[in-house]
Amino acid sequence: MAKKKAEGYLSAKESRRISRENRRITNEFEKKRKRKNVPESEYLTEMHDPGNAVEFDNLHTYFFTDAGTVKSVDGVTFEVPIGKTVGVVGESGCGKSVTSLSLMQLLQRPQGQVVEGEIRLNMGDGKAYDVTKMPNEKLQELRGNYVSMIFQEPMTALNPVFRIGDQVSEVIALHNGEGKSKEEIAERSIALLKMVGIANSEGVYKMFPHELSGGMRQRVMIAMALACSPRIIIADEPTTALDVTIQAQVLDLLRNLKDKINSSIMFITHDLGVIAEMADYVVVMYAGRIVEKGLAEEIFAHPAHPYTIGLMASKPVVGKQVDKLYAIPGKVPNPINMPNYCYFKDRCEMCVAQCGGDYPHEVSLSATHKVSCYRYYDGKGEE
Amino acid sequence: MRKYIIKRILLSVLILFCATFVIYIVLRCLPGNYVETMAIQLSTKPGAKSFEEWMAQLSVTYGLDKGPIEGYFVQIGNMLKGNFGDSWRWTVPVIEKFNDVIWLSFVMGGIAFVLELLIAIPLGVVAATKQYSRADYAITAGAVLGYYAAKRFSLPTFFFATLLKLVFAVHLGWFDISGLVGRNYAQLDAMGQFLDKANHLVLPITTLVIVSIGGLMRYTRTNMLEVLNSDYIRTARAKGLSEKKVIYHHAFRNTLIPLVTIVGGSLPSLFSGALITETLFSIPGIGYTSYHSMVVGDIPFSMFYMTFMAILTLAGNLIADILYAVVDPRVRIA
Repeated sequence: MAKKKAEGYLSAKESRRISRENRRITNEFEKKRKRKNVPESEYLTEMHDPGNAVEFDNLHTYFFTDAGTVKSVDGVTFEVPIGKTVGVVGESGCGKSVTSLSLMQLLQRPQGQVVEGEIRLNMGDGKAYDVTKMPNEKLQELRGNYVSMIFQEPMTALNPVFRIGDQVSEVIALHNGEGKSKEEIAERSIALLKMVGIANSEGVYKMFPHELSGGMRQRVMIAMALACSPRIIIADEPTTALDVTIQAQVLDLLRNLKDKINSSIMFITHDLGVIAEMADYVVVMYAGRIVEKGLAEEIFAHPAHPYTIGLMASKPVVGKQVDKLYAIPGKVPNPINMPNYCYFKDRCEMCVAQCGGDYPHEVSLSATHKVSCYRYYDGKGEE
Repeated sequence: MRKYIIKRILLSVLILFCATFVIYIVLRCLPGNYVETMAIQLSTKPGAKSFEEWMAQLSVTYGLDKGPIEGYFVQIGNMLKGNFGDSWRWTVPVIEKFNDVIWLSFVMGGIAFVLELLIAIPLGVVAATKQYSRADYAITAGAVLGYYAAKRFSLPTFFFATLLKLVFAVHLGWFDISGLVGRNYAQLDAMGQFLDKANHLVLPITTLVIVSIGGLMRYTRTNMLEVLNSDYIRTARAKGLSEKKVIYHHAFRNTLIPLVTIVGGSLPSLFSGALITETLFSIPGIGYTSYHSMVVGDIPFSMFYMTFMAILTLAGNLIADILYAVVDPRVRIA
């Protein structure tokens, strides 16, 4: 009994100490962010590869909670090439959304903070910004304009008291509104609504969100995200709340629009079918770290990490008769007390002798295919 | 909408009927009623009739010879005809007395109400947007102190009124302890008389505001916090809107929904007066007047006041429901 209590139990004193410590750390970050007139040189940086739209470099995003520090994103490195779609997969709570919110700098403040690493945003003309160091006032110019996000809950992501048209026009007026009359902005909004496949776009322009179905609202969200032709679109599980027929329509829509305005998409989902359809590159995350990344074909043809293999095995296959779908055994380790060995070891069915050692480093299976697993040390990875 | 309102009003009439019945029965059942007291007084005079004789005579005069049920129907019948009778305590028609005192209560309540809104809502919004900051802790602590002292520990108006009197009237001597006008009111010119009255209203209004501000502020803060953590606020931020626009345009408009409802619902209560505060400060408003009527068992005036309050409460609920549909596009009353 005593032992059970010790696990995950915090005395009031301990909790107070943690929360005081957290306050100290987060205050420092907040102070930094709230400064005014920050010189551009401070967040100006250079892309490692000018062909990338975004580069996440060793990103660490932590949440300082009263129960302890949660390392939601713990050293994530990947890039989103211009004009390509990168799929980010992983189960709930593995840090997919937090990674994208770090890019938008929309983490739940003040608990959530990027503590280390860079997110380089390609501004074109050889210029790049590190969004983690940008002050809020500069970020506001990028959000919705340069980087936009489609959220996962269309039912709640629209403001219930404003009309659809006003919510769409707002973005246009904010970023592209200079020298445009109200009528022109409204016209553009209606055109956008039409573009995302809303037939009665003029009628919908005057409607309130509650008068639309989930699929329609998701389209409005997409219209809002695309309003200023952003270079990077983050789609955070855009189809999770929708039924399958609408899902297909929304995916088609996104793909067509992407080609039209040549932007990059960071596609977050836990639906492998959607990834297979949409993504050029795939990043597989587990417990805040990337366990495997590569071209979509590589990941689907030769999944290397036991977790990816498990994910593939747990998806239903048309035409294959199974009594019970495969499920990866066990559960994700407690995010506050992460083990110091491979996070997946306790659930892994393919453990080797070295697995008890430190967290495995990244092994290259090909120029693009990388995996963090002891099974592929010593170049014996190729199967 | 119109159908709904008509339905609600018809229902209100029924509720009102029941409410007035209960009020009348309770008033009749009170021990030591007005007639009894009067009979005792009259019978003790030298050479007077006996108590029983006086009782019998006065009961007929005041209409108390009938049983409570029958008496109720007589009373309600008169009230329906617009005949509210004469106040026993004030010896003038009920309507006349009511007209005399209601406006003072209304002005006092109105000023307190506006001050309450002007202070509580901005404070609540600030406390919510700066959650866990020093400002938030200070505001919340103050509000909780006022609120809990008033609502939970039954340290209500009495306590604050006495405290204010002690500090500002006794020690500092800025205001009079009670009353609406000063000693030399009659000698002042019009402007002076106005200022004198205003001066006497400062402490009662302060008391009213202190007691009511905590609840509204906490309500604003809670609602604002809830709205600020919602998905559509994140969407608004993701659009690149400035923090100011996010809070005062997107968030505040949503916070307004529950606020307007309770604020709108409390509008009619402006007329109900503040019974305790007015009595403590001897401000001759409707609360003070009805307190003194009730103490002596003045049935016509108490009946009128209570019925009036019941109508105000019902009207408040109806207004709240209608306002809800006005501010929230999702609510359409059918």
